[in-house]
Amino acid sequence: MVAFVISRLLQALPVLLVVALISFALFTFVGDPVAAMLSQDASAADRENLVRLLGLDQPWYVQFWKFISNAVQGEFGLSYRLSRPVSSLIAERAPATLELAFCAAAMTLCIGVPLGIFTGIYKDSWISRLLLTVSLVGVSLPIFVLGMLLILVFAVQLGWLPSFGRGETVQIGWWSSGLLTASGLKALILPAITLAVFQLTLITRLVRAEMLEVLRTDYIKFARARGLSNRSINFGHALKNTLVPVITIAGLQLGGIIAFAIVTETVFQWPGMGFLFIQSVGAADIPVMAAYLLLISLVFVVINLAVDLLYYAVDPRLRAQR
Amino acid sequence: MNRVARFLDSDLFWSFRTSPMAVASALVALVCILGAVLAPWLAPHNVLDLASVDLMDAFKPPFTEAGWTLGSDDQGRDVLSAIMFGGRTSLLVGICAVLFSTVVGVTLGLTAGYLGGTVDALLMRMADVQLTFPAFLVALLVDGIARAALPQEVHERIALGVVVFAIGISTWPQIARTVRGSTLVERNKEYVLAARVIGLTNLRIMATHVLPNVLGPVLVIATLNLGLAIITEATLSFLGVGVPPTQPSLGTLIRIGNDFLMSGEWWIAIFPGLALVAMVLSVNLLGDWLRDALNPRLR
Repeated sequence: MVAFVISRLLQALPVLLVVALISFALFTFVGDPVAAMLSQDASAADRENLVRLLGLDQPWYVQFWKFISNAVQGEFGLSYRLSRPVSSLIAERAPATLELAFCAAAMTLCIGVPLGIFTGIYKDSWISRLLLTVSLVGVSLPIFVLGMLLILVFAVQLGWLPSFGRGETVQIGWWSSGLLTASGLKALILPAITLAVFQLTLITRLVRAEMLEVLRTDYIKFARARGLSNRSINFGHALKNTLVPVITIAGLQLGGIIAFAIVTETVFQWPGMGFLFIQSVGAADIPVMAAYLLLISLVFVVINLAVDLLYYAVDPRLRAQR
Repeated sequence: MNRVARFLDSDLFWSFRTSPMAVASALVALVCILGAVLAPWLAPHNVLDLASVDLMDAFKPPFTEAGWTLGSDDQGRDVLSAIMFGGRTSLLVGICAVLFSTVVGVTLGLTAGYLGGTVDALLMRMADVQLTFPAFLVALLVDGIARAALPQEVHERIALGVVVFAIGISTWPQIARTVRGSTLVERNKEYVLAARVIGLTNLRIMATHVLPNVLGPVLVIATLNLGLAIITEATLSFLGVGVPPTQPSLGTLIRIGNDFLMSGEWWIAIFPGLALVAMVLSVNLLGDWLRDALNPRLR
């Protein structure tokens, strides 16, 4: 177990290192921070002083090391666009993104997995066929078009739900939560649905495919031959073995949700990290971009690690091999 | 029998003819493609020609005036014509991106599978690493980094190429893996051994003997990737980081229309959105059909 964890960590490290190198290269080679910081009539000596002060005369690996050690402490400098520390900008927006992602993920799993199981067991019923057709439409429906349609119907036409922002939030320590106020919850509904639908259709199809695969195996045939009830075959034998790959799928889903949160946040002007990133790309705000790049890679590495470990814990065959 | 007659007589065409879903989606796809390709001749107005656009024509509601079937936007551009020209950009970027990722994926997958060893381990490790990130995120990050790293005038000139590169690079691992898998099977077959015995070079064997035998599954993935690429391009353009405003795509049109959604001019965003969905859905349905038709085991 320990050896497994260590080998996984060693595999994750190069990925983070490469991403850090890209972020660092962005920081160092794009734009001229010295020119941005000096006044118009600065002399060459002033310039040299500043270069030395910022450590820009050091070899690149020394600068890179400094960049990494700063990044580990959450220090990314000032945003060019907002002139505020990047770390506090991100800390401010993280709760919004995390609450949105969590609600969408919960919705996806609680609806998608049962739908997948149902369409897998009753693969020939008309409800399954209908669900599959609808899910194909869901896969083909770009997330921002769905968001716009929802806004048009529920915000513009019916006026039931707000079309942008988070509503009122409650401050708990540094965490600002929209889950505790009525307006916050109302503002969450449309973005969460938008984010969940695409993942929902994917997970339904994947669980269904997995279920069909398992139902075709010999031990299911044998269970039928033994005369077990459908219920115990479907839920006792098939479902258990279906759920192993579903863990991987769920991990990928979480990744997808984080990626597509960028789009959802932009459609609904949700004050999260994704919206911040898009605004930063538009303004070439390198420090924020670099920080986001590193942060999101870290998140993905952690998710993958967690999925691997869960897999290892759930599937006894993997343990037997070692 | 000539090639056309052989195709019309094939299993593939029979399964196409007997599947109403496939025929319908092929028709929709054909309409989308023709409308986009022939936009300069078919569209009622030339929206790219700024001189012909008149602000007095702005905000016409749809289905009220002949020649302005789907209404007009805030600048006085005809929405239907804008969709046709926008579909052109969307299709162009989508097809180029898929071609790019297919060429890269097939080349690397073939190389990895045929040569094996260190090359294989290295390439597949790279693919694994990239697959831990969703394709859309990779495209967005590559595009965003290119946008920040290139000087503005350079970026404006090659913006379309940057988007194609970003989308293409985001989907190569999937194709490379599939091709590698089939190559591993083909590599040990007798015709490859025979080719080796008569002293053909590795490159020649890969390109003329193995390649044609591993392309079947690639066709399915490429078709499904086309739908994905069109969506990715539209999403990037919607976020304002995709194609340049001088060459608006469907995503750009939707972004412009999004600003008028709250004030009641819904048609500016919704019609391009529907066109996008129709295009992607028909391509996806065709891809689904192709997958089932080429893989009889699934039926």
